[in-house]
Amino acid sequence: MDGVHDMGGMHGFGKVEPEANEPVFHSDWERRLYALYRAMSYTGVWTIDQSRFARERLPPDIYLASSYYKKWELGMEKQLAETGLAGPDELAAGHALRPGKTLKRKLTATEVPNTITRGSSTRPAKAPARFKPGDRVRTKNIHPATHTRLPRYARGRVGVVEALRGCHVFPDTVAIGKGEDPQWLYTVRFEGRELWGESAEPSLQVSIEAFEPYLEPA
Amino acid sequence: MQLRVRALETVLTEKGYIDPAALDPIIEAYETKIGPHIGARAVAKAWSDPSFKRALLDDATKAVLTLGVVNRVGDHLIAVENTPKLHNMIVCTLCSCYPWEVLGLPPVWYKSSPYRSRAVNDPRGVLADFGVTLPADTKIRVWDSTAETRFIVLPMRPAGTEGWSEEKLASLVTRDSMIGTGLPKAPSEVL
Repeated sequence: MDGVHDMGGMHGFGKVEPEANEPVFHSDWERRLYALYRAMSYTGVWTIDQSRFARERLPPDIYLASSYYKKWELGMEKQLAETGLAGPDELAAGHALRPGKTLKRKLTATEVPNTITRGSSTRPAKAPARFKPGDRVRTKNIHPATHTRLPRYARGRVGVVEALRGCHVFPDTVAIGKGEDPQWLYTVRFEGRELWGESAEPSLQVSIEAFEPYLEPA
Repeated sequence: MQLRVRALETVLTEKGYIDPAALDPIIEAYETKIGPHIGARAVAKAWSDPSFKRALLDDATKAVLTLGVVNRVGDHLIAVENTPKLHNMIVCTLCSCYPWEVLGLPPVWYKSSPYRSRAVNDPRGVLADFGVTLPADTKIRVWDSTAETRFIVLPMRPAGTEGWSEEKLASLVTRDSMIGTGLPKAPSEVL
């Protein structure tokens, strides 16, 4: 979706402000919220792309004004409501008002060390890769109203395939419950001027990780 | 937010979805075990061991596993090498994708609108915000992490570190130098 989350190239956000000796979390609720999210993801009730799509669908003013973990919290509330796992009335009451659904699995303390890294998104391929390193490709000019990982600034642009990165779960379908539909993934490199015109530094190059359905031969 | 998150935890616990005993170990892992010191070890080893450097650039997922500090690395960790002519910078313009396994959770600025918006079209301006100025003839390459592939920058080994141990070299490797918004420390900063 063409939302405010798709920020590449936007103006007006000001300077980057690094924080010296930044702590991992800035408050206790961030710690708890992060762990809650990880524990809920472990149950298999949602995928990472569904979580991303939930945050992208927050109202733009809320998205821009909320801290990172606040966005996670709001996105999680949205997902709990949409999946029927917990209602806004229960979160407002601070207690369960109805029995929970039966989930596939539950994260225990002893299982935590095995779950702290990301799950694998690679899947067996259904067909050979259409492109190879060195091929010139053009990204499609698509504007789905649903989740996509093709950023706006890199649509309809000509680039070069730099590497084939394997076959992965396709975010565009899995985010909307239409299955994993695995697709080949490529690193596609663009010249800065192809993306930003004459104002770009001449030697700048930018790459994206592009799923095969985003690409056509150029 | 404190109250809201407490309510969330209570509801999810009462519904039987989560075991609250599992929360502290998750937090502890990210506050004490997983962080940029892992990436720094990989970089320091690459600086001192040419065959490890080749392995890291060839398949960083496998190479980092051989360090024995993490038991799993998400698929497709990719190491990109800085040279006098090329500087790499990592961003996720769409959300916050970051190589957690080797750098831990990302800092706030990495997830902020200014960084996500400007890294792809004004990387030199972003570097200036970090107090970094590169030679004008150094090309900049920005990697937008738009899928589940993750990137780590292999910065250049600072001059004047001949004969240093891996451990001592690792003390020069900053988190930002592995994202591409900083450079390793100078030897004089750690002596």
